[in-house]
Amino acid sequence: MSSVRTIGTVAVSVFRESVRDKVLYNLVAFAVLLMAASYLIGQLTAGQDIKIIKDLGLAAIATFGLMIAVFIGIGLVWKEVERRSIYSLLSKPLSRGEFILGKYCGLGLTLLINILVMVVAWYAVLAYMATTVSPEVRAGWPAPATDLGMLRAVGLIVIELMLVTAIAPLFSTFSSPFLSAGFTLGLWVVGHFNADLKNFESVVDSRAAAWLAHALYYVLPNFSAFDIKQQVVYAQAVPAGYLASTALYGAVYIAFLLTASVAVFSRRDFK
Amino acid sequence: MARRLFTPLLLVMLMASAIGLQALREGSGALPAGPDSLLYVRSPAALQRMALSYKSILADVYWIRAVQLYGDTKLGRTADRSYSLLFPLLELTTTLDPYFNVAYQFGALFLAEAPPGGPGRPDLAITLLQRGLEAQPNDWHLAQAIGFVHYWSHQDYATAADWFGRASRQPGAPTWMGPLAAVTLAEGGNRKASRLLWQQIRATAEDDWFRNEADRRLKQLDAMDQVDLLQRVVTGFTQKQGHAPDGWAELARAGYVRGAVVDPTGVPYRLEGSTVSLDPKSKLLPLPKEGAARP
Repeated sequence: MSSVRTIGTVAVSVFRESVRDKVLYNLVAFAVLLMAASYLIGQLTAGQDIKIIKDLGLAAIATFGLMIAVFIGIGLVWKEVERRSIYSLLSKPLSRGEFILGKYCGLGLTLLINILVMVVAWYAVLAYMATTVSPEVRAGWPAPATDLGMLRAVGLIVIELMLVTAIAPLFSTFSSPFLSAGFTLGLWVVGHFNADLKNFESVVDSRAAAWLAHALYYVLPNFSAFDIKQQVVYAQAVPAGYLASTALYGAVYIAFLLTASVAVFSRRDFK
Repeated sequence: MARRLFTPLLLVMLMASAIGLQALREGSGALPAGPDSLLYVRSPAALQRMALSYKSILADVYWIRAVQLYGDTKLGRTADRSYSLLFPLLELTTTLDPYFNVAYQFGALFLAEAPPGGPGRPDLAITLLQRGLEAQPNDWHLAQAIGFVHYWSHQDYATAADWFGRASRQPGAPTWMGPLAAVTLAEGGNRKASRLLWQQIRATAEDDWFRNEADRRLKQLDAMDQVDLLQRVVTGFTQKQGHAPDGWAELARAGYVRGAVVDPTGVPYRLEGSTVSLDPKSKLLPLPKEGAARP
């Protein structure tokens, strides 16, 4: 119980620090982006305004979240080491595991609040745009502008970002921020090429290379599985089983990464 | 006091200098214009991989580029009037988002439009729509659009009727699609059948652009009817009077026409000798080929 309280204390301090660091300013950028787009899209394209705002909202939520997860995530541990505040922190009744988990939960809280506000703003813009078109045009949409089914994609984006958030501190426990950012973003990019890794034997003749690619397909995080943006924008069916298995996959992978982070950080010598 | 003012003054001076230099450079003449637009990635497969989880939003970007290219070229804002990038842009859009129905349907209309209003490539329009049918084999809109291209651009009414028939058998197809196939087969090419086609498209349009386009096409058909009627009037006058009328005013004085002789967009019809035609300034030009809408 006290462990949970300790992790909570660290998490709240991480959240407060991110507020002090003006991380929430990205919400202003998001709101401006959506409002400007809702005004400009109608003049730039022929129809499909709502589809474009839906796509833009989901892409912006994922991108802003990714930037927060990577660039704050890599500094979570490194900043404490650089400032040398890690010595005073670890001299307190705080285990290294609690420290890592607290940091992770704090960044997760920051991300969740960010995404929550972005989603509310996004739905508000969509609701407004729906009022500007005729009922005949609305009748042709595959789903209402404020279709709550789109929250399924937001849910998977949250899990994807929590996965990225778990990767960043892992690298941050033993590497510089620059390299950590490179490794994390690199892993995120590679994680979107998983389908190619699975079918690598159709590209190369070498069985060894194909076997290695196959192994990497299973070992590396499969980020492409979390992408159901296109399906929800067209209100297509996404089986509940797919959502549940993907969410569970994300949770297990996050647990693996956090365990690895704690293990690496526990062995690190700060003398 | 002077030290406190130094920095703001310096900033103002530097900004004023930057603005002045910008205006000076603009005034000294522009560099030669580069190509109007470039397409850095032409391979749909490569782009699909590079898009990561941003396929939908990238498809929107390419769609906006396609619309802008079509509009700019049609309005003569580009040096290149060939619409050569239109199909590659539409191909990229629909590869990134295979369910982007508007890109298939609008894109086909853009591609099939005869020059100078479009590239005049109904073959590419059909290719694009066939790609759409590969992704959504049961979409009646796409089958109807293919029939439409055969009808309007190829004047191949048998094939058009076949596609309208296919569309009518898809789930959710409107009840008028079956009769449309029959009318096309029996009377394809006459203005009545064309008018029916566009009226149904306007009635079921899910987008203002389609509705406006259907309105324009119906006005073209009205204009063609009016030109025929006016031509008969002018011919009658010429035969009776033994000379061609000087203009619409002479015909009005003789009681052959009343009021302004304008097309459905309000532009006066042109009368040259005893020939009636649309004014070159009319937005209804170019009119469809007479084979596609014969009276």
